[in-house]
Amino acid sequence: MATLLQQLINGLVLGGLIALIALGYTMVYGIIQLINFAHGEVFMVGGFASLATYSYVLPESWRDHGHWPIALPLMALGGAVVAVVLAVAMERLAYRPLRNAPRLAPLITALGVSVILKEAVRLWYPGATAPVPFPRAFVDEQFRFQLGEGTVTIGATAILMIVVSILGAIILQTYITRSRMGRAMRATAQDPDTARLMGVNPNRTIVLTFTIGGALAGLAGVLYGIHITNVDTEVGFLYGIFAFTAAVLGGVGSIKGAVIGGFAIGLIKTLSGQYLPGGTQYDLVWIFVLLIVVLVFRPQGLFGEPERVRA
Amino acid sequence: MTALLEVQNLSVAYGAIEAVRDVSFAVGEGQIVSLIGSNGAGKTTTLRTISGLLRPKSGSILLEGKPITELAAHTILERGVAHCPEGRRLFGRMTVEENLHLGAYVRKDSGVAADMQRVYDLFPVLGQRRTQKAGLFSGGEQQMLAIGRAMMSRPRLLMLDEPSMGLSPIMTQRIFDTIKDLQAQGTTILLVEQNALAALALSDRGYVVDLGRTTLEGPGHDLLADERVRAAYLGED
Repeated sequence: MATLLQQLINGLVLGGLIALIALGYTMVYGIIQLINFAHGEVFMVGGFASLATYSYVLPESWRDHGHWPIALPLMALGGAVVAVVLAVAMERLAYRPLRNAPRLAPLITALGVSVILKEAVRLWYPGATAPVPFPRAFVDEQFRFQLGEGTVTIGATAILMIVVSILGAIILQTYITRSRMGRAMRATAQDPDTARLMGVNPNRTIVLTFTIGGALAGLAGVLYGIHITNVDTEVGFLYGIFAFTAAVLGGVGSIKGAVIGGFAIGLIKTLSGQYLPGGTQYDLVWIFVLLIVVLVFRPQGLFGEPERVRA
Repeated sequence: MTALLEVQNLSVAYGAIEAVRDVSFAVGEGQIVSLIGSNGAGKTTTLRTISGLLRPKSGSILLEGKPITELAAHTILERGVAHCPEGRRLFGRMTVEENLHLGAYVRKDSGVAADMQRVYDLFPVLGQRRTQKAGLFSGGEQQMLAIGRAMMSRPRLLMLDEPSMGLSPIMTQRIFDTIKDLQAQGTTILLVEQNALAALALSDRGYVVDLGRTTLEGPGHDLLADERVRAAYLGED
């Protein structure tokens, strides 16, 4: 029982992380039909940027445990700001010039951007040829409780991950459905030309989409760093793939789908690693088995709209 | 009198194919002007070029004498030109209310709620179903919503592309009555129609567009009486 609960918690933490990244994938796809394969790298850079904020920006006296209520928000800010700048620059320099090109061109460009970012961080971030440690014992509260024979542990960083991802998704969903700019984003996603006839500036909504996606990926980066206590240049690719899978599973373009897809993947990974034959060696297999089964019966994903045929 | 909208020698091409060739016409303040002509004559292309969705090859578009030819599509509406596109093009996954809000997207004044009520008064069915998704509506209801949405920006010039397409005769009559009402309230209207009879009957002025050119023009009633128009567009031999 304790093991099950522990794995559920672990699954929710992983799921929350994946969901935060998947939101960026799904929103960008929704508005410009681009699978931004470099989005995982934005998450990775967010992690490094938050660490850099800690190591190079914060005054030395703020780097101890007692100062985390100031230091952590500043790290999150640093990670998110750099991630946003990066995501917006990517759109402006790499994708916008290809807006009317065949779909394959921006896709390949995204892969190229992804490689460039990964290698740039590996080359230029001090020590990034190996995983770079986050400050240990920075936010290290652990809550333990007995359940029958076993003990369940949940760390402060784990709680933070789950809370931030769920809150982030709720705020985002509210913004998209209720605000004027949110309506403009949905209108552009559904019918860009008609949105322009309503006076919606398409570039503004697209930049806003990359901004929101970048901010969420940056937050995911700092949360990942303090939870796992290190960050390395490979995580962008790995979690990018998870997040992409979550977005496809939930239905690309759907906010709800990205969140549910993220949590589904997190839970399947931890639960199958614990309970299914083969353990953690096969956990990725089960994720993709689920993906394939869902796509066979619902090619648009769980909450996606069937592919729109453009006139 | 300077015209509210003036289109001069407009040519628009899709690649090598010229869809509009040297089209000129004018829409006076407060008038209803219709462009009639068969399918593929270039009427829709003309409207899409006026609203900035397409770029002309040559020619100019003047609003109150000032060129708007080079303006981006999303800035045209702020100048008072609303375009209710062919096929209605509602945001089908959004509610009636959200579609109307988008119609008023560029407005920053406080009269939006009152104008929304005005649309509901004009088309009560929209008011009753304001929280339903637009994609679920019938063709006639969708057309009402499309016109209502275009009205929400309080345009000075409303361009309607085939508002009667696919509608029953009764619904068509209602839509044309609405157009007449909008004119009475001071809105200038540029109407594109295949239903030439109905369009010309309520137009102050009409232009016949054929194969990308304006071939005939005149007051609506004169065109209705013109034998060439009757032969070509009203199905008489």
